[in-house]
Amino acid sequence: MRPAIPWLSTKALALSAIAVVAAGGLAACTSSSSSTSSGAPSSSSSAPSSAAGGGAPITIGASLSLTGDFSADGQAFQKGYNLWAKDVNAKGGILGRQVKITVLNDASNPTQAVTNYQTLINTDHVDLTFGPFSSLITGPSSAVAARAGYALIEGAGGAPSVFNTPQNQADHNVFDVSLPIADELVPFVNYIASLPAAQRPKTAAYPMADDPFADPPVQLAQSKLEALGVKTVYSKIFPAEVAAYTPAADQVAGKAPDLVVLGSTDVPTVGAFMQAFEQQHYVPKMFIAAAGPDQGADFTKAVGAGNATGVMVPNGWYPSYANPDSQAMVKEYVAQYGGTASDVNADVAEAYAVGQIAAQAITATGGTDNGKIITYLHQATSLTSVQGPVKFDSLGGNTAAAAFIFQWQKGGTYSQVLPLGSPGSVSILATKPAWTK
Amino acid sequence: MARELIHAIVDGILTGGVYALMAVGLTLIFGVLDIINIAQGVLVILGAYLSYSLSTRAHIDLFTGLLITIPVMFIIGVVIHWAFIRRLRGTERTSMTLLVTYAVALIIEGILYKAYGADDVQLQASYTTSSVHIFGFYLPWIFIYGFIVAVCLVVALYLLLYRTRLGRSVRATMQDENAARLVGIEVNRVAALTFGIGVAVTAVGGMFFGATNAFNPNSGYDLISRLLAIIILGGLGSIGGALAASVFMLTLESVVTIWQPTWAIAVFYAALVLVLLIRPTGFLGRKAVRAQ
Repeated sequence: MRPAIPWLSTKALALSAIAVVAAGGLAACTSSSSSTSSGAPSSSSSAPSSAAGGGAPITIGASLSLTGDFSADGQAFQKGYNLWAKDVNAKGGILGRQVKITVLNDASNPTQAVTNYQTLINTDHVDLTFGPFSSLITGPSSAVAARAGYALIEGAGGAPSVFNTPQNQADHNVFDVSLPIADELVPFVNYIASLPAAQRPKTAAYPMADDPFADPPVQLAQSKLEALGVKTVYSKIFPAEVAAYTPAADQVAGKAPDLVVLGSTDVPTVGAFMQAFEQQHYVPKMFIAAAGPDQGADFTKAVGAGNATGVMVPNGWYPSYANPDSQAMVKEYVAQYGGTASDVNADVAEAYAVGQIAAQAITATGGTDNGKIITYLHQATSLTSVQGPVKFDSLGGNTAAAAFIFQWQKGGTYSQVLPLGSPGSVSILATKPAWTK
Repeated sequence: MARELIHAIVDGILTGGVYALMAVGLTLIFGVLDIINIAQGVLVILGAYLSYSLSTRAHIDLFTGLLITIPVMFIIGVVIHWAFIRRLRGTERTSMTLLVTYAVALIIEGILYKAYGADDVQLQASYTTSSVHIFGFYLPWIFIYGFIVAVCLVVALYLLLYRTRLGRSVRATMQDENAARLVGIEVNRVAALTFGIGVAVTAVGGMFFGATNAFNPNSGYDLISRLLAIIILGGLGSIGGALAASVFMLTLESVVTIWQPTWAIAVFYAALVLVLLIRPTGFLGRKAVRAQ
């Protein structure tokens, strides 16, 4: 029998309320369990045969965001891991042992990543663990590795919140081969400081996504720029997933600051701010985002190549980086996955570098004893990767990493512009041109 | 501050129009079939990708492309109903549809990943970044168009439901499925058509969403919780309510963003709870709505 109000079934109302809560949870977890392959091996880059290497393969486990909000980065990371494993295996493996990488999909969900590392360590008994994508996921994942005495060598967990977990402060098991993100914008701040006072931006806005990756470098830049006399007209943190960025972006545009430093995590956030700025006929003289513009063609496809001109982003690596290993990796990437060198984003290099550092540690310690590897990595002074030299501090931050600022320039080229005068740096486009597709 | 407040309110109203375009299909399907279509968010993204393909590969304007994407999405909706929904029977039907439509969402998401990859894309046209200057404010054309289309769509669906033979069949089926059968209405056909229409309108919502946001195959999951909140607040099954709730919720969120953006999402859902405490049937969830 239908209810008294046929349009509104009370049972269905209750169900729909449950659905809202469930779906809200889904969204909050960045659609974690939406993946059908969560927790299941999604790929492995295995040795052609153990005979080729003369021993049991070295098994490596990693959780990556193959679906969900970080899927673009997670899939790029997977390519980087697989590319490294393929290269190593083609050269006979490490210590004569082939490498086998098992990747589990965490669907961009930290909870699923924790489960994945528990599976990799306690069920699969992998020899080593490689890190996931993003600081948000690396923090809780590192705790699992620490409890089991594993090193977690990673390339995308450079936030202070990753290094400062109680587990890492006790066990010192995290090793981030990339640039610590808090310092990413320092070259940009130094550039502003080098300008004559009359040429410096007078005002700045700092909209930030609520994310451990996005905020620290922007907040550090804000404090340093304020010390230089750059007046802050907007500094707010907004949720990582809002219905629309337009209100915040319009508010920034309304204040018309000379400089916008956007604490972003992805392309959609940057694209939304740029679109709103254009709609409001506001062109910041300088625009730099924590992440998003580093995604190569993914970024220009979303915002238009013309609009990208003048946009800056910090990073520790770029496709034409003058490093022989890096150039070889880019060449192999293009040969395997197609596209051009500019399509290779920094995630690939970060993942590849993780493998390189692990290989050097295994070789130096003569095996996969995680205790020895942790000790070795803290002491080593001559580690190298496709991103350049690597030297870890007591909490696993890479103190040897160089920070660069990149800029999209006319003609759709992506160039290193800062530090000024640094090898590879080209002239910076000091003022962002008007919006144009 | 007053200027920022007015701007935020205008932003909220216009953005609400875009959300209404995505929510009306969901509420229509619920109103007729008594099911919660969890796949609606992913279907919005599918609609956005169809517009993207037509725009980038065939260079068809986004609005012109709707002439193609709407029928395609209608067919997809009918097929989904035929393949998954119509088979569900019995007392657990409503709850089972949650699982089934969730599975449909996963299938579509997987296909989209395979077809388009994980990279973000955005629909581009001259009117997606241009704006008009009115009373000292720049109002983006794409949001203005979205709001106008939302109002037109609500009116069109109202006319379809209350001024056509199909609409009478739909409403008869809603009121009493068995009685509708007895008077010769092909209930399964009506249900399939309604599901098809509910999915077809997401082609419009998808186009506007894709023109105002970069998206990837996963973006639908961020949408569905908001869309469900909107249709509950508007009154389940009420098309006009979906528009009113969209505008209310997005305006509220927009205004909160001026002061404290971190509270925007919390306020969005807190408003839902508060309104339901005062008015459990939502804005327009009344019997009177049906009696029009």
